[in-house]
Amino acid sequence: MAREIEFREALREAMSEEMRIDPRVFLMGEEVADYHGAYKVSKGMLEEFGPRRIIDTPISESGFAGLGIGATMLGLRPIVEFMSWSFSLVAADQIMNNAPKILYMSGGQFGCPIVFRGNDGAGGQLGSTHSWCVESLYANVPGLKMIIPSDPYDAKGLLKSAIRDDNPVFCLESERLLSIKGDVPEEEYVIPIGEAVVRRAGTDCTLVGFGRTVYFCEEAAEELAKEGIECEILDMRSIRPLDLDAIVASVRKTNYCVVVDQSWSFASVGSEVAAEVHKACFDDLDNHVHRVHNDDVPAPYSHELEQEMLPHARKICEAVRAATYNA
Amino acid sequence: MPVEPVFETRIDRLTILDEHGRFDEELGAGLIPDEDVVALYRHMVICRHLDEIAFKLQRSGRMGTYPENRGQEATSLGAAYALQKKDWLVTCYRENAGLFWRGLPMELVLLHWMGDERGNEIPEGLNVTPLAIPIGTQMLHATGLGWASKYRGDDGIACTFFGDGATSEGDFHEAMNFAANLDLPVIFFCQNNSWAISVPTRIQCSAPTIAQRGLAYGMDCIQVDGNDIFAVVKAVRDAAERARTNQRPTFIEAVTYRLGDHTTADDARRYRDDEELEMWKLRDPMIRLRGWLDARGLWDDSKQASLQEEAEAHIAAAVQRASDIEALPPTEFFKNMYKTMPPNLQQQMSTMRTSSLGRNPETADQSAVS
Repeated sequence: MAREIEFREALREAMSEEMRIDPRVFLMGEEVADYHGAYKVSKGMLEEFGPRRIIDTPISESGFAGLGIGATMLGLRPIVEFMSWSFSLVAADQIMNNAPKILYMSGGQFGCPIVFRGNDGAGGQLGSTHSWCVESLYANVPGLKMIIPSDPYDAKGLLKSAIRDDNPVFCLESERLLSIKGDVPEEEYVIPIGEAVVRRAGTDCTLVGFGRTVYFCEEAAEELAKEGIECEILDMRSIRPLDLDAIVASVRKTNYCVVVDQSWSFASVGSEVAAEVHKACFDDLDNHVHRVHNDDVPAPYSHELEQEMLPHARKICEAVRAATYNA
Repeated sequence: MPVEPVFETRIDRLTILDEHGRFDEELGAGLIPDEDVVALYRHMVICRHLDEIAFKLQRSGRMGTYPENRGQEATSLGAAYALQKKDWLVTCYRENAGLFWRGLPMELVLLHWMGDERGNEIPEGLNVTPLAIPIGTQMLHATGLGWASKYRGDDGIACTFFGDGATSEGDFHEAMNFAANLDLPVIFFCQNNSWAISVPTRIQCSAPTIAQRGLAYGMDCIQVDGNDIFAVVKAVRDAAERARTNQRPTFIEAVTYRLGDHTTADDARRYRDDEELEMWKLRDPMIRLRGWLDARGLWDDSKQASLQEEAEAHIAAAVQRASDIEALPPTEFFKNMYKTMPPNLQQQMSTMRTSSLGRNPETADQSAVS
């Protein structure tokens, strides 16, 4: 039975359902208990699970990230909430240099089944230091998995998979999407990590996006359809592992590809996808892969300027027209 | 309004067997049974010999890098002796004596420093974490282990080891704050060996003791003579009692000295006074313990001579076992990246190429991974 719920409720349901069936799972982070999380994702969870399993921490990202990693060594399965992924940077050694390497460095003895999750991305007028898109930065590290859901259905299904996964999983949630609503069944379901999905079928150009950029792609596709260019939108959903097969299948159909990535372009998720598409679809492409990214500046504090730096629909339209020789 | 003190404290220093051989009978009598003192001394001699052999292996090109443990044996050994097998030893990289006492096979440590990561395959149930080379990061894992013990309702303790230099790291402060705020059964064991590579302690900490850093977090803290194994055992036992009964962490500063270089990649002669080194050589924990045993008729030169022979044979056998292990094929390094190998790694493994050089996924040979 489907009903409409908000993205943040979907995340909450994923955590609560997994906590009900697995006593090893707990949630830890800044303000997650009494205050219900800075973005109210954990509303009601303290009341249901109590302070033993919903834990407010000091402002100490490296502290609770490292604590969570240590707790996995004794068989627990922590969910660590970063109020913002921007704040995870002070915990970089724990999340990049420890969590994804524990299994390797312990000769397979200790896995690290931990979920790091929180807000990612610019667009909320939070200023340059609070508006990081960390996906390209962290996706470079082997040993971790990364998911970026774009709607409530995926958010719940992917986060449930992440909590059950035996590896560290980074779940990046756009603050701009937390209030959107979508159909989510009441019945149990999970979405496997590593599978992309076609959001809109089209024949003329493949748009590859993830997270919030899927909406930018949809806006652009509507506009381009008026010009007679039918875009196929592929929502990657998982960054690591990357579902290259799905992207390749679409590009082989459309022969054109534009990648839309809400992080900076240099050595990014977008550049990785473009490189792989060039390699796998060299004979199928009728133009090189075009990329749309944030402009190479920090997120401006000014609302107007910040909106402009994002990989928004107008930029995507321009890229598609150029890629398909319709400029 | 008068100005009133709101907090006063002091830091105690615990010594039971001092560098002149004086033994505090009140604190020390019966603390460690005589036969255990003999066993601990024998263990120190064997570990010291391993240190010498590992150094030679490195100098002869058979080992990558090695951090000498010489002079610090009493610290981790005393702690491992005082703790129970169910307690976790969360070490950095200069705790051989404690790890071997716990039961870690010597060839694994040799294997690790020889550059074979199978040395990190710690036998199940030893409750030892992998070596932590970045400074201070393991303290947070100890806090997490303490947290997990409390969460699970068992009465295990996590004891984490680190140097004086690590107490300048942010992770140290975050780990201490968490452990104190959440009432966790964690022992923070600082081996203050006077040097953070080439930086002396006084440049890292302007307070008179490292121990007092624990006060800021509302934690019990004590300084001990780290070359006095009796003092180390007592301090760790007291801390373990506090952790097990009251779920409270303790900070122990064990004052010791690194008689060797930081690692074989370092040469301490370039920055350290000979005079200081000579003074600390006289405070060697083994000299002190040997004197204690001699005075009680528990040890003599002939026992020493046969122990030396035993140590040589023991270490030679461990070196042989480490050397006999066949080299790993390169495909092995993909094995422990994920619990289940994802397709992109399977492809890299089967083609032995990075993704940028890899063949077309459709034509790459997958047979090697089936």
